[in-house]
Amino acid sequence: MIKIQGFIREFRFVVWVLLLAACSNDEPTSVLDDETYQPTPVELNIPAFFKSSIIDPVIPISNPLTEEGIVLGKKLFFDPVLSVDHSISCADCHMPHSAFTDTNVLSEGVNGALGSRNAMPLFNLAWNFDELFFWDGSASSLENQVFHPVPDSSEMANTWEKVVSDLESDSEYPDLFFAAFAEEGIDSLKVAKAIAQFERTLISGSSKFDKYLANEVELTDEEQNGLAVFLDETRGDCFHCHGNPNNPLWTDNIFHNNGLDSSFADLGLGKITGDPADNGKFKTPSLRNLAFTAPYMHDGRFSTLEEVIDHYSEGLQNSATIDPLMKKVADGGVRLTDKDKANLKAFLLTLSDEDFVNDPSFR
Amino acid sequence: MLYKIVSKLFLWIGAVCIVVISGCSTDQEIDRNPETTSLKLRFSHSWDAQQVSKDDFNSLKYTNAHQEEMSIELLRYLISNVSLENEEGEVITIEDYHLIDLQDDSSLMYRSADSIPIGTYKNLRFTFGFDNDDNRSGVYADLNTALWNVPEMMGGGYHYMQLEGKFLDSTQTETGYQFHAIRAVDNSSDNPVFEDTFFKVSLGRVTIDKSSELQIDMNIAEWFKNPNEWNLNDLHSMLMPNFDAQVMMYENGKDVFKLKSD
Ligand code: HEC
Ligand code: HEC
Repeated sequence: MIKIQGFIREFRFVVWVLLLAACSNDEPTSVLDDETYQPTPVELNIPAFFKSSIIDPVIPISNPLTEEGIVLGKKLFFDPVLSVDHSISCADCHMPHSAFTDTNVLSEGVNGALGSRNAMPLFNLAWNFDELFFWDGSASSLENQVFHPVPDSSEMANTWEKVVSDLESDSEYPDLFFAAFAEEGIDSLKVAKAIAQFERTLISGSSKFDKYLANEVELTDEEQNGLAVFLDETRGDCFHCHGNPNNPLWTDNIFHNNGLDSSFADLGLGKITGDPADNGKFKTPSLRNLAFTAPYMHDGRFSTLEEVIDHYSEGLQNSATIDPLMKKVADGGVRLTDKDKANLKAFLLTLSDEDFVNDPSFR
Repeated sequence: MLYKIVSKLFLWIGAVCIVVISGCSTDQEIDRNPETTSLKLRFSHSWDAQQVSKDDFNSLKYTNAHQEEMSIELLRYLISNVSLENEEGEVITIEDYHLIDLQDDSSLMYRSADSIPIGTYKNLRFTFGFDNDDNRSGVYADLNTALWNVPEMMGGGYHYMQLEGKFLDSTQTETGYQFHAIRAVDNSSDNPVFEDTFFKVSLGRVTIDKSSELQIDMNIAEWFKNPNEWNLNDLHSMLMPNFDAQVMMYENGKDVFKLKSD
């Protein structure tokens, strides 16, 4: 499927290039001088290891990255103008120094309203190849995702009419939108496209572990053993879902029930698909940047990595949809030794990326 | 204004022509050598006489040879180096690989490049998994993306198959199984000992023409049957580092694939 989608994307691109080439050759140049402005195309700054190890990121043909689009998207992301009372921005729940999540179990929207799930960190989103966003996959692209928080009563509680009129009456936005899209007028789709462009630039690829793979630093013995626990089918066996050193994403971006509950207050994927076999399944989160993203899990139930590891080691709860990879469920798990638990945690923390959370271009 | 519209119209027609013409020219290239086509393989799955698709997943509807009731939740496997041997004994090998994932309908079809001479062949073969030359760690971006890798501590390279689901164990408890096939490795000493567990599947005589699609069926029940009657109560978890279990899978895998004619 990935291959075919890639092919279709490429094919569309070719058609598009041909059309452009045809147009620019034959268009009488004098007529359109003032309309020839185009935003400046940019390439994602992709770490070398991402390029060599996994397939290309998803950049929709309908929303190519441009310098001006990213600048606009970043301003919108940090601007409370998107919320009904201009009190919160995307960045209040997705803070740069927390790898673009927040530190709360549940996040506060306008008027202190609480949502029902833990906010998600934002990085490497262009490599979510199925483009299913949210814990339950209910948003089908980064562009579409923006249409959720803006009207959501527990988040920004706004209407698009108000967003657009506030942006239109602003002193800077009309010019920024023109610069980004080379046409007059502001609408919700342009807001979504600009924010999605900015989000695609949020790339985390320089953790200690990345530097270890590039032979720039060494891992300690504890971290090495932690990696072995992570990869060992008889101990952690985390790699079948969260990945391995040949893939820099540290997630499969697929939905699983990792044994948190025996019955489900939140059906997760099952609520979206209507299939009881999907009940209690949530998207595997990336293990990058855990140092900055506590609390953990879709409902923020664990405040430390120790609690997470204890869960996998001895806290598994059985249910009809628990993943077959969860072992010795009757005993609560495979029961790691204290040393293996501590080392596993040490390894997990090598995936945290200080450079990413301190990157000045993301603030 | 009218000029603009008309000229735009011409541009569109022109552009479509360019696309169509460039499309045509590739066709012509193929037509210049009318004897070749692509090999099209469609993978289907069964449990003895029953068809199996992703719609059958997640329910304990199968009984294995050892009389354990079981379900399937995941089935992915890799095939590589499909080859065709003609009547003269010449072998065409397609240096390629393909990951089949029952969850993903488009993966059930494998299509080679348009380079296969039309005709009758006395044998169609493929490798289940990767042979050792191809089984190199980390070199295939699409397989890395699918997290298909085997950790270095278990020999590296890639999985051959992941079959997962639940079975009713001897205490009538639904228990997960992970039937993962990889190259067998015994890690118990400092010098790991390997045994090859990829295998060549021979499907026999086939005729390749422009329109035909060959259907290859995997009888999943065979993995648990013969020559080793598989006891899931004993062998359901942590099978990757289990050398003997890997060798048994290899032995049982030999006759899971059949060419289906319908
Ligand atoms: C009130 C807090 C809050 C605000 C404001 C907020 N978000 Fe979120 N965000 C969340 C929560 C909570 C989730 C997880 C929701 C779920 O899965 O149901 C989330 C999930 C996401 C995701 C999905 C990430 C993934 O990997 O699937 C993206 C993208 C995102 N938010 C972007 C935005 C953008 C852009 C804005 C501003 C337009 C925004 N958020 C405003 C709390 C917030
Ligand atoms: C069957 C797939 C699977 C396996 C195996 C697995 N996980 Fe997870 N992991 C998940 C899913 C799914 C979630 C999110 C669950 C939820 O919130 O409901 C998760 C969540 C986490 C989180 C929380 C991250 C966050 O941002 O909230 C951590 C940390 C974690 N897993 C570590 C591990 C470790 C360590 C192992 C091995 C001991 C492991 N996982 C094995 C699927 C898996």
